[in-house]
Amino acid sequence: MATDPLQKTNPEDRAPETAAGHLVVFDQVVKRYGDHVVLDHLDFTVERGQHVTLIGPSGSGKTTILRLLMTLERISGGLIMVSGKPLSHMAGPGGSLKPASEKYQREIRKKIGMVFQQFNLFPNMNVLQNITESPVNVLGMDRAEAEERAEELLDMVGLREKITAHPTQLSGGQQQRVAIARALAMRPEILLLDEVTSALDPELVAGVLDLLREIARTTDITMLCVTHEMNFARDISDQVLMFDSGRVIESGPPEKLFGDPDHERTREFLSAVL
Amino acid sequence: MNYQWDWDAVREAFPLLMEGFKTTLLATVLGTLVAAVLGLVVAMAGRAPTRLVTIPVRALTEFVRSTPLLVQLVGAYTIFNSFEPLTIGIAVLGIHYASYLSEVYRAGIDAVPKGQWEACRALSMSPRRTWQAVILPQAVRNVLPALGNYGIAMFKETPFLAVITVSEMVFEAQEYGSEHFVYAEVFTLAGLIFLAASYPTSLLMRKLEKRLGH
Repeated sequence: MATDPLQKTNPEDRAPETAAGHLVVFDQVVKRYGDHVVLDHLDFTVERGQHVTLIGPSGSGKTTILRLLMTLERISGGLIMVSGKPLSHMAGPGGSLKPASEKYQREIRKKIGMVFQQFNLFPNMNVLQNITESPVNVLGMDRAEAEERAEELLDMVGLREKITAHPTQLSGGQQQRVAIARALAMRPEILLLDEVTSALDPELVAGVLDLLREIARTTDITMLCVTHEMNFARDISDQVLMFDSGRVIESGPPEKLFGDPDHERTREFLSAVL
Repeated sequence: MNYQWDWDAVREAFPLLMEGFKTTLLATVLGTLVAAVLGLVVAMAGRAPTRLVTIPVRALTEFVRSTPLLVQLVGAYTIFNSFEPLTIGIAVLGIHYASYLSEVYRAGIDAVPKGQWEACRALSMSPRRTWQAVILPQAVRNVLPALGNYGIAMFKETPFLAVITVSEMVFEAQEYGSEHFVYAEVFTLAGLIFLAASYPTSLLMRKLEKRLGH
């Protein structure tokens, strides 16, 4: 039973692992809501610069992984490490770990950006304000510099002319591209993409995916994405994790996983979605 | 009915009532301001992580809501007798309505989608900045129409201030009436002035409501 991360974790034990260069480590991670177990002693690692895609049936816990990494959910057991530091716990007296303070979590969170299925742009701000809000108020960036950077990002996502528009004036695809720009404005080391095209009209999906392919190709940001777009997953991934019932049942490079999966469950899933 | 309507009294009383109307208006505007700010403070205190805050806050708002405005006015007037009656009146109106507005704010805050909080967290925004830049602007927009309606309701309750000797419009009407023994005329006049002020305002609020609704 790894319900209490304090019991099973000794930071000294973790050191060799992280020294080996894992950017993200999920170590026996458990997440449950009441009696319902969503993640069942999950282990996996992500290396710096890797693009990892999580695939699997709905309700298999893929999104929960991203939400745990973003600290939108509390972990029920086990430990998540991000660049060598536990995400939900901090060093306590005598080498023990204690639950992380809000401030500690905020520091670690700065390394991580997230793009949501429902965009979640701030409707009370225009596009520029959405993008510059956190660089200015969290990172303490000079406003002029933040705006210049926002313009560059808007150029990249192809929405420079929408800089003063409000989110409600944009299409879903445009909103999502602004949301991507907003996440990138924080210069995250890790970008979490949570079914970012699921809420889009079919004709808008391609534009957003092309943008993400571009980002995957031209930046060294580590990407973790949950998607139902298998072609996209095949294109951008270094590693694909097949998920079922809260566990990784198979993982490997996309050629292997899509081309010649080992697991019967993976084959079933792929034949259903492809 | 062969009542002789006294137009002279109407003419004579009108300027007096308008003088009182200024006080009515002042009490309404300042009372609404107090209620709007205090109501928000109460709503936010109600979300505090510790019961040391939430329980007393809930008890106080429950107390204010469960006792009549009139009783509160007389009570405050008796206890804080060193203050101007108008000041006491504005404070009591403000506090009374704040207890209702806090519920309105609570609903307005709850109506901000969960995704907005999550986006703030994903962008590492501080709790303070989250409230200030994202949650409150959206919550206030949600509650603006209700805020206006409570303002109009308060406007119509200002005559209670007459009880603590604030010379608002109905107080003036009462004075004039008892002096000249013409009640129907002055009270009708006072009623019409209330109507003339509150009806256009409520139309305006309805328009605002429509414009804000998306």
